[in-house]
Amino acid sequence: METQSAALIGMGLAAVGMAGSGIGIGYIFGKMIEAVARQPEAEPILSKYAWIGFALVEAIALYALVLAFIIMGQA
Amino acid sequence: MEGMQPLHPFTVHTQLPIELFGVDISLTNTAIALLLASVCSTAILMLLLQRQSILPGRWQLLGELYYDFVRNMTVKNIHEHGERYVPVMFTLFTLIAGSNMIGLMPGSFAPTTQIVVTGTLAIAVFLYTIYLRIRLHGWGFFHAFAPPGIPALLLPLMVPVEILSFLARPVSLAVRLFANMTAGHTVLGVIAFFGLLAPWYIQWVPLSLSVALLGVEIFIAAIQAYIFCVLSCVYIDDAIHPHS
Repeated sequence: METQSAALIGMGLAAVGMAGSGIGIGYIFGKMIEAVARQPEAEPILSKYAWIGFALVEAIALYALVLAFIIMGQA
Repeated sequence: MEGMQPLHPFTVHTQLPIELFGVDISLTNTAIALLLASVCSTAILMLLLQRQSILPGRWQLLGELYYDFVRNMTVKNIHEHGERYVPVMFTLFTLIAGSNMIGLMPGSFAPTTQIVVTGTLAIAVFLYTIYLRIRLHGWGFFHAFAPPGIPALLLPLMVPVEILSFLARPVSLAVRLFANMTAGHTVLGVIAFFGLLAPWYIQWVPLSLSVALLGVEIFIAAIQAYIFCVLSCVYIDDAIHPHS
């Protein structure tokens, strides 16, 4: 296999890591909606934590992107 | 897909070559954008607080709200001496948010898309927490790697894990900010490229999407600066009170 095509396949495989981040973001907002439904007055406090958690989980997906870029640089 | 280079906007160019005592301190586009960001944010804050009064006007209120926001974040996260760290956290937040935002200006350059910039900030915070630990706890510094109350049998397993997680802090701090900014700009570039490539009757879809994404990017720019500062506060608090 040529290096170029192998790198392309590797970049695609690196993108699989984003699935976990998708699950995580879904979890965060699902739990957030559940919590707000139980206690609507707690929304300002909860939303702060939800957004922090969102940004932290989203960063995990971007590590996969960085990996893909590293593979792209190797080819 | 010819002509699409998603990483092209992040290349560093030398604008004004300067060499001082054999050290290359040329003015690159990163340095110019960083200077521009700090000058712009300082100027905006000074303009907001130009006419100070006890009964704040609309602009002064905006500036005070911003300061209060950073102050609350610092005091809530650093429990004992939070007040002392407000100025540094305010500077850090303003610098990061400013350099994130200045990259969103068309034709500009975000300094935080260079891992050198974010890495320097993260390593500065990391070295400061190490200094703080050694100054406050002396040899107790190494107790941080062996949490109290765990059985001796687990120590060979726990200590390397703790050391690794300690060393991973600046890396994750730097890579998070860098990756978020780079990914945001890449996505904007790819969507805009799709917009230019598409036939005229469908062009409005990617181009309007890029407007919406620009809004998301402004939000992400602010939230990433916030996260960087919150995590710095948490690390400093951890250095003051290990395992509290």
